[in-house]
Amino acid sequence: MTVPEVLHRARATARELAWIFKGVMGENAYQTYLDHHERTHTEGGPMTEREFWRDKTDRQEANPEGRCC
Amino acid sequence: MSKKQSGSHRSESVLVTDPDLPPVAVDPQRAEAEERRWTPLKIALWIGIALLGGVAWTVLAVVRGETVNAIWFVFAAVCTYLIAYRFYSKFIERSLLKPDDRRATPAEYRADGKDYAATDRRVLFGHHFAAIAGAGPLVGPVLAAQMGYLPGTVWIIVGVIFAGAVQDYLVLFFSMRRGGRSLGQMAREELGVIGGTAALIATLTIMIIIVAILALVVVNALGESPWGVFSVSMTIPIALFMGVYLRYLRPGRVTEVSLIGFALLLLAIIGGGWIAETAWGTDLFTLDRITIAWGIIIYGFIAAVLPVWLLLAPRDYLSTFMKIGTILMLAVAIIITRPEIDVPAVTEFASSGKGPVVAGTLFPFLFVTIACGALSGFHALIASGTTPKMLEKERQTRFIGYGGMLMESFVAIMALVAALSIDRGIYFAMNSSGAATGGTIEGAVAFVNGLGLTGVNLAPDTLSTLATNVGEESIVSRTGGAPTLAVGIAQIMQGVFGGAGMMAFWYHFAIMFEALFILTAVDAGTRVARFMLQDSIGNVVPRFRDTSWRTGAWICTAIMVAGWGAILIMGVTDPLGGINTLFPLFGIANQLLAAIALAVCMAICAKRGLFRVLWIPALPLAFAAVVTITASFLKIFSSVPAIGYWAQHTAFRDALDAGEESFGTAKTVEAMEAVVRNTFIQGTLSIVFVVLSIIVIASAILATIKAYRNGGGAQTEDEPVASRLFAPSGLMATSAEKELQKQWAAVEPGKRPARTGH
Repeated sequence: MTVPEVLHRARATARELAWIFKGVMGENAYQTYLDHHERTHTEGGPMTEREFWRDKTDRQEANPEGRCC
Repeated sequence: MSKKQSGSHRSESVLVTDPDLPPVAVDPQRAEAEERRWTPLKIALWIGIALLGGVAWTVLAVVRGETVNAIWFVFAAVCTYLIAYRFYSKFIERSLLKPDDRRATPAEYRADGKDYAATDRRVLFGHHFAAIAGAGPLVGPVLAAQMGYLPGTVWIIVGVIFAGAVQDYLVLFFSMRRGGRSLGQMAREELGVIGGTAALIATLTIMIIIVAILALVVVNALGESPWGVFSVSMTIPIALFMGVYLRYLRPGRVTEVSLIGFALLLLAIIGGGWIAETAWGTDLFTLDRITIAWGIIIYGFIAAVLPVWLLLAPRDYLSTFMKIGTILMLAVAIIITRPEIDVPAVTEFASSGKGPVVAGTLFPFLFVTIACGALSGFHALIASGTTPKMLEKERQTRFIGYGGMLMESFVAIMALVAALSIDRGIYFAMNSSGAATGGTIEGAVAFVNGLGLTGVNLAPDTLSTLATNVGEESIVSRTGGAPTLAVGIAQIMQGVFGGAGMMAFWYHFAIMFEALFILTAVDAGTRVARFMLQDSIGNVVPRFRDTSWRTGAWICTAIMVAGWGAILIMGVTDPLGGINTLFPLFGIANQLLAAIALAVCMAICAKRGLFRVLWIPALPLAFAAVVTITASFLKIFSSVPAIGYWAQHTAFRDALDAGEESFGTAKTVEAMEAVVRNTFIQGTLSIVFVVLSIIVIASAILATIKAYRNGGGAQTEDEPVASRLFAPSGLMATSAEKELQKQWAAVEPGKRPARTGH
C-alpha cells in the first residue's frame, strides 16, 4: 500500500468512527427520519429539524425509555 | 408438531425476496461452510485465546502467591468472553433461536423513521449498551469483594455466559419477533392472566425497590461531602442549560452540546474543590444524609413531571457520553497501571457469613449481591423496549443482545478490580456500617483490626491521609460501594494522569459519574413506573389510561415517588446501617425479575417445540430461581438476626416489650422502634417478591408442560414479512457478507430500499 492509500484508508476509518459515535449519541436521528421520508414519499413535506426534535422529545414524554441500574 | 410445520411452510412461501434486488441474507450453506472451515490461522488464533485464558484462570484460581496482578482478571475475562461468544452464543443461535435474515425486522416492516428505524448494528450496540449499563455493575462487585476476589470473578464471568447474556439475547430476539412487544405483554400472552398480572405487579414493586436503593447509594456517597454535593447538584443547571440549548439554540447538535456539558461538568468538579475549601461553601453544602435524601425525593418528583426535553433528555446525552468515555478510560488505565492485588482468593466471610459489608454466606448471597454484570433482570425491560424496534437484521440480535451483556460484564470486572486494588483495611473501614464503626477513625480502626483478618493492620493516619487526598472530611463508613469504587478509580487513574495531587479530582469525577447514572435511572425509572401504574389503574378507572391527563400523571408520579422515597428514608435512618440490610433486597429483586424473564423465554421456546435445547433458558432459570428463593427464604425465615428480617424484627420487639432502652446498635427506644418498623417492611417486601415470582415461574412451568404434551403451542410471533435490505450480522463483516455488501452498493440508489447509510 502506498502512503496516499494508507492516508485515505485512515481518513475513511476516522470518518466512520465519528459517524458511529454520533449515531450512538443519537445525533443521526433527524437524518434517519429524512431518509425514511424520502424513501416512502409520504404526502407533504418532512418536518423541519426543529419540529423533528420537538416531536422526538414529545414522543419520549409519552413512551419513557427505561434506563438500567 | 403439525402446526409448527405448517408455520414454517407458510413462512417459506411468504419469504420470497425481490428478484430485482441482491440477496437479503447470506446463503445459509455458504455461511455454514465459512464457519466450519478451520484454517490453520483460525485454529492457531483460538488455541492462543484458549491458552491465554487458561493461564489467566490458573493464576487466579490455582496459584497462591502473595499478590495477583490485575491484568490476569482482564485476560481471564476477555478470553472467556470471546470463546463464549464464538461458540456458545453461536450454538444458541443455531439450535434455539434460528434467526432468518430473509424476514424483515419490525424496524423494516413498521418503519416510521422515528421509533421504528433500522439502525446500524454498531450504533445500536452503543445505544443498547448505554441503556443497560449503569451504576449496578459498578456497585455490586465492590460489596462482594469482601468474600475475596475469586467468587465474584467466577460468578461475573460464568454467570454472564450462561445466564445474563442468554437472558438478554433471548428476550431481545423474542421481542423482535413480536414487533418489539414489552416483557409484560409477552408474559401475559405466554403465561395467561394470573402469571401475566403477577409479572406486572412484580415488575412494578421491583422498580420501586431498585430506584430506592440506587438513590440510597447516591445519598451515602454525598453525605457530609460539600464537594460532592456541589458538583452533583451542578449537573441539574448544566442539564437545564443543555436542554434549552437543544430546544431553542441549536436543535439536534447532540454531540456538540454533550461536549459543552462535559466541559461544564469538569468545571463543576474543579469548582467543587475550591468551594469545599471555603468556610461558606462548607457551611452551605455540608448536608446530612436525611436532607440529601429529601432533596433527591423532591428532585425525583420534579424531574419526572418536567418536560422530557428540559431535563431528562439532555442529562441522558451527558450520561451516555460519560459512560462510554469513562469506561474506555478505565479499561486503558487498568491495562497501563496493572495494579497488584493482595486480597485473598476466598476470605473467611464467604463461609462464615459474618462479613460486615453485606451479611450472609457465599451461597446464596454472593449471587444476589452481584446482580448487574452477571444476570440482571432489568435488562429484559430494555431488550423488550427500544432496542428490538431498531434492529436492522434478525441475526444481529446475537451481537447486540449477547455481546452487549458481555460488555457490561466486563465493566463489572473492572469495578471489581478497582475495589480490590485498594488496601483491605481501608476497604473494610469504608464499607462497614456506621453502626459498627461509630463513624470515627478510632472506631473504624478498632473495628477493622478486631475483625481478625490476616495481614490487615489498619493505622489511623492511613484513613486520615486518604481522606485528605480525596478531599473528604472522612472516609469512614462511606457505605454503598460508590465511594469505595471512587477511591479505587482515583488510585488507578492518578497512576496514569496527574499523580497523587489529582486524586481528589478523580475521586469526585468517579462520584459524579456514578451519581449521574443513578439520577438518570431514578427519574427514567419513576417515569416508566408511573406509566405502568397508570396503565394498571386504568383497568379500574379508565381515565387513568390517558397519559396526557395531568392530574392522573401527577397522582401516579407522586405514588411512585412516595414508594421509593419511603424506602430511601428508611434506609438512610436505619439504625442497623441501611445499605447492608437493604442491598440484598435489591439483588433479590433484580434476579427475580430475571427469573420472570427467563420463565417467559422458556415458555416461548416450549411453544416453539424446541424441547431438546430447552435447557438453554431452563438452566439459568433454575439457578436464578434457586438462588433468589433460597435468599428470600433466608431473609424471611433465618433465625440469625443479621440475615433474617423477621428474626431481627422479633429480637427488637421482644427487647422493647422487655422494657429495654437500647439494643445492639440501636441506642434509643426510637431507634429500636425504627428497626422494628424497617424490618417489618423489608420482611414484607421479601414475602411479596418471592410469592409473585413463584406464581410466575409456576405458570411458566405449567405452560411448558402443556406445550410438551401438545408437542408445541400457539405461536405468538408476528406474521413473517419478506425483507428488502441487507446488513452484516456481527461487528466485522464476513467475506460472504462483504460480497453481498458490494452487490448492494452497486444497486442504483433509487431502487435501494431502506438502510441507514452515511
